[in-house]
Amino acid sequence: MNSLSNSRALLCLALALLPLRPAPAAPAPPTEATVLAHYAKLVHANAQDAHAAAQSMQRAIEAMLKSPSADTLAAARRAWLAARVPYLQLEATRFYDGPMDRLDPLMNAWPADENYIDYVKGDASAGVINQPAKFPRLTPELLLTLNEKEGKRNIATGWHPIEFLLWGQDFSATGPGNRPFTDFTPVAPNHARRAEYLRVATTLLVGHLGELVAHWAPDRADNYRAELLKAPPADALARVLRGLGAFSGPELAGERLTVAYETKEQEDEHSCFSDNTHNDFIYDALGLQNLFLGRYVRTDGTRLTGPSLHDLLQARNARLAARLTKEIEAGLAAARGIPAPFDQAILGADTKPGRQAIKRAIAAFWTQSRSIVEAAGALGITLKL
Amino acid sequence: MTRAALLLPLALLVACQTPPVARDPSPATGPGYVHDDSANAFGFAVRNLRAEHRNAFFVGKSFFNENWIVAPASPVARDGLGPLFNARSCSSCHLHDGRSAPPPPSVPMTAMLLRLSVPGIGEHGGVRPEPTYGGQFQGNAIPAARAEGDALVFYDELPGRFADGTAYSLRRPRYVLTNLNYGPLAPGTLVSPRVAPIMAGVGLLEAVPEAALRALADPDDRDGDGIRGRLNVVWDARSGRLATGRFGWKAEQPTVFQQTATAFNEDIGITSTLLPAENFTPAQRIPAGLASGGSPEISDRILHDVVLYARLLAVPARRGADRPEVRRGEQLFTELACAKCHVPELTTGPVRDLPELSRQRIQPYTDLLLHDLGDELSDQRPSFAARGNDWRTPPLWGIGLTQKVNGHENFLHDGRARGLAEAILWHGGEAAPGRDRFRALPAADRAALLAFLNSL
Repeated sequence: MNSLSNSRALLCLALALLPLRPAPAAPAPPTEATVLAHYAKLVHANAQDAHAAAQSMQRAIEAMLKSPSADTLAAARRAWLAARVPYLQLEATRFYDGPMDRLDPLMNAWPADENYIDYVKGDASAGVINQPAKFPRLTPELLLTLNEKEGKRNIATGWHPIEFLLWGQDFSATGPGNRPFTDFTPVAPNHARRAEYLRVATTLLVGHLGELVAHWAPDRADNYRAELLKAPPADALARVLRGLGAFSGPELAGERLTVAYETKEQEDEHSCFSDNTHNDFIYDALGLQNLFLGRYVRTDGTRLTGPSLHDLLQARNARLAARLTKEIEAGLAAARGIPAPFDQAILGADTKPGRQAIKRAIAAFWTQSRSIVEAAGALGITLKL
Repeated sequence: MTRAALLLPLALLVACQTPPVARDPSPATGPGYVHDDSANAFGFAVRNLRAEHRNAFFVGKSFFNENWIVAPASPVARDGLGPLFNARSCSSCHLHDGRSAPPPPSVPMTAMLLRLSVPGIGEHGGVRPEPTYGGQFQGNAIPAARAEGDALVFYDELPGRFADGTAYSLRRPRYVLTNLNYGPLAPGTLVSPRVAPIMAGVGLLEAVPEAALRALADPDDRDGDGIRGRLNVVWDARSGRLATGRFGWKAEQPTVFQQTATAFNEDIGITSTLLPAENFTPAQRIPAGLASGGSPEISDRILHDVVLYARLLAVPARRGADRPEVRRGEQLFTELACAKCHVPELTTGPVRDLPELSRQRIQPYTDLLLHDLGDELSDQRPSFAARGNDWRTPPLWGIGLTQKVNGHENFLHDGRARGLAEAILWHGGEAAPGRDRFRALPAADRAALLAFLNSL
């Protein structure tokens, strides 16, 4: 069994064991401060998992570059997919100018224009990799400068360029891209530059995830976590809620689902080379649920629970807490209901099951986004989304 | 980012107290404002975005951000780039819906451009395009065509001093057109540089009734304050008549729709129903239909969505508006008469097709009028009613987030100013007295004025 299905199995097992609602209230009622401290703890654990998984991916990529073969390439792809699982759950910590917002453009910008990086069908000399005269040395500094240079699609760093280098363009109706491993062997033009690009991009990503862990590390006086927990609790709470609300509505429902639904274009899907977009939605929605319910299942299966936004809300407005819990569960269910591959699900008539499922997910994410604003109100916070 | 910088704005983002009512401390909090000061701050929809406009907003956003590609290509909705172009996408220059900057010296321009014309009055009272290169210099081309050449900028440093002796230096740009692929430029060609301005709030500005702008205009300086203010009168291609200009550095475009269609055509080489001809001249002898992505290349529906997207972009709310230094700066902004042109507040009128924008108090800090900014800023290139020295007052909302969103602080129409202080120091003409007073301020007051601007 590969590491991805392993972690998936553990996750499913853990989820199956989870009660629908958090356990009956602990003796001490949650306070804003305890909820925030637990939030920071979850995010830190999650970031550590993402960092560790990216390091595993880095080892797999190094092994592939050392001896390129169909097997080593497949292992590197599996490691990429596995590393996405913890990372995606962190996405619900975006949109409040926290550490993820500062690092996201370097780590997870999308959609990447393939021909900015490497050759594409019909243009063998495209991309940074195939322009040795223009870009003689592929350094971390170069890639960072090129990222989002002159256009939001000109993505040079992060998950998606790595994804493109592992999978290649996706021309298959039933599966992902299928870059031959020989692209990393001397038969392919610029194979050494391709390897170097992949190596540098991977090193950068691991480094950025390391920075993320440091931002959330406990027992440090000068990081984001310390600052968040020192801020007036209502302000800190407002950030956290803003992140959840902005992520589910404008981001998930809007940019990630609506655009692809409307344009029916493969290039509007999040992980278009690996055909992993359906998992992106699932783990994004799971991450949001984690932070609301105050729980996180680590890669090794350890389950973290503690005082949550849900608990805080329940003390103020139990009905709203119950409704939002249900809506967030419904969002996750709707995400699970989107058939893979996503680039096929968006096609066809609006009555097709794939498009219906996407439409349901769009509605579910907007609904929960509105309720998060309502929940903030119940907690005394005016959230302007 | 320092802790203080992070805390203060966020503390004002949300008003927090016990339920049920929350106080709103920020001066502008209408539905056209979003409370976000991240790098995404310019890219959100107005908060009252109607459900029926949601899909168009996000589709428009996608087409705003993504690259156009050379036709023919499999994603047919996005092909038709060029044959000549400046940029591959709107976001090439308006990255994150923000502002672009000039390139370093001797690096060809990609995120700014040069307008070209020859002296005299052209069609509908506008400029006369340069006969070979047309109205704009395009430094890029698809592989089957030749680019027009390279546009470069160089700077001369002009040292100066504040009244308290503190030294500063301003950089004056010089433009060089080189590697010209279509022969020499016509003698006396006029060149005018443009960086891309921020997108946020253009729909709200469009919604300000013309009568309100007319009421602010004072072309003959009847009130004797030295500030005039004139409306530009430009060609509206859709209605086929003259109209009030509002958009662009010289207010040369009457509507967001025409501004957008023109930018698609001139900057990216994308034809539309409004502007069906490709952006090259007969003298360039580029074969008709070369790499055409259909006629038009952008469908009416997609263009509509991009325009809707632009119009419904919200403006970031102010951060730290209650800080004493910021309040002091705000007071100076009025005392130095900055607020005479950068008018703090306007009210939008009814907007039938996008009611989200209707009847709101907004704080754009502009009057949308043309003002004489002096010889130093002049481009010597009249356009419709705008003379060489005239520039439209740019809105200042969001200006304090430029560094965060776009990673630079280059201001003015050509990005020559490195920071807000330099931008103020370049003001001449009607703004010269205000500029001189700024130069005479003690350092703490100068800092306060900048702190105020950075709170916008």
